Amino acid sequence: MTQLISLAACFGLLSLLAVGGGTAVLPEMQTLLAHQFGIDHLRFVHIYSIGQIAPGPNMLMVLVIGFQIAGLIGAGVVLLSFFLPSSILCFYAGRIWDRFGESPWRRSIQNALEPISIGLMASGVYSVAKASIVSPITLGLALLTLYLILRTKINPVFVILGSGALGFFLLKFL
Amino acid sequence: MTPSDLPIENSRVSLSDLFVQFLIIGAVSFGGGILAYERILLIEKRRWLTADEFMGYLAISQTMPGLNSVNLAVLAGDHLRGALGACIAVIALILPGSLFVLVIGIAYTTNTDHPLANHILTGVAAAACGLLAAITYRIGGEHWKHLKSLLIIIPTFMLMSIAKLNLPLVLLIMAPIAIYIYRPRAGS
Repeated sequence: MTQLISLAACFGLLSLLAVGGGTAVLPEMQTLLAHQFGIDHLRFVHIYSIGQIAPGPNMLMVLVIGFQIAGLIGAGVVLLSFFLPSSILCFYAGRIWDRFGESPWRRSIQNALEPISIGLMASGVYSVAKASIVSPITLGLALLTLYLILRTKINPVFVILGSGALGFFLLKFL
Repeated sequence: MTPSDLPIENSRVSLSDLFVQFLIIGAVSFGGGILAYERILLIEKRRWLTADEFMGYLAISQTMPGLNSVNLAVLAGDHLRGALGACIAVIALILPGSLFVLVIGIAYTTNTDHPLANHILTGVAAAACGLLAAITYRIGGEHWKHLKSLLIIIPTFMLMSIAKLNLPLVLLIMAPIAIYIYRPRAGS
């Protein structure tokens, strides 16, 4: 029970801190999960990458983390605590917005938050890279993906699945 | 807002149509780009929002914490059918992906340390890292070239990844500085 409460507190906090989208809280999530729930970085990155294959909003993988920690109830608790607080906040922000309309400060705050969330996303890349790039082969696969995503219009799901298959053969037969 | 302020067509949006349309987006948006699907649905396919309303809601979605695509569903759902509409749009949007990750996640949990699964996941994780780097680069856009933006991006990264401060503290330090830098100017 205490575990479910701390799970809800952890993801509720992350929900409200996720300025600029979910990937901004990746490094914080990784740290919190390692300290409070003993989810090591490699496992976290595995779960994160599973989430990238799924359709829908890109942070649904938090359900798998909840499931790993406390089964289906854990997944339910994480779902509610990660999506509800930010959604309620946005709901009321939208209503207030309809009432007050454009203010120069709203533009300022948005402009200010953008580079912060980019900095946080860069931290996300750094923390995922530390756990996922462990050999020349994985470095090669990451760079190949980076190139394909930026230069071609291939759906990222196929790139990720292709990298999984390629990684499997390279790691097994080299 | 009184009902008479709403365009006629909004009163005709059925909750079931709202549910089905967002469910479709939640199920087909493999590989990201979910905001683009929402834009097509709301502006082109169903004409539930004007392009202007969409941009306004998108800006709120991006400013507020939470996932942008989910926040947009909250705002569009509320606009169309009030609080109930917001709930329905969000549930529909996250339902297919949630079932998807749970099925795969349960398979992963029961097969951890299976060598086959680990080899595949090593490649998948490397690609996910490359993808995240690409998305970060793309979302950064013009910010990577502007000194003003870099003066915020780099310290944020350093505080988070090198100094290893926790996220609330990083935001507490960086948000006032950034808002000061981007404060509204008289006459602009």
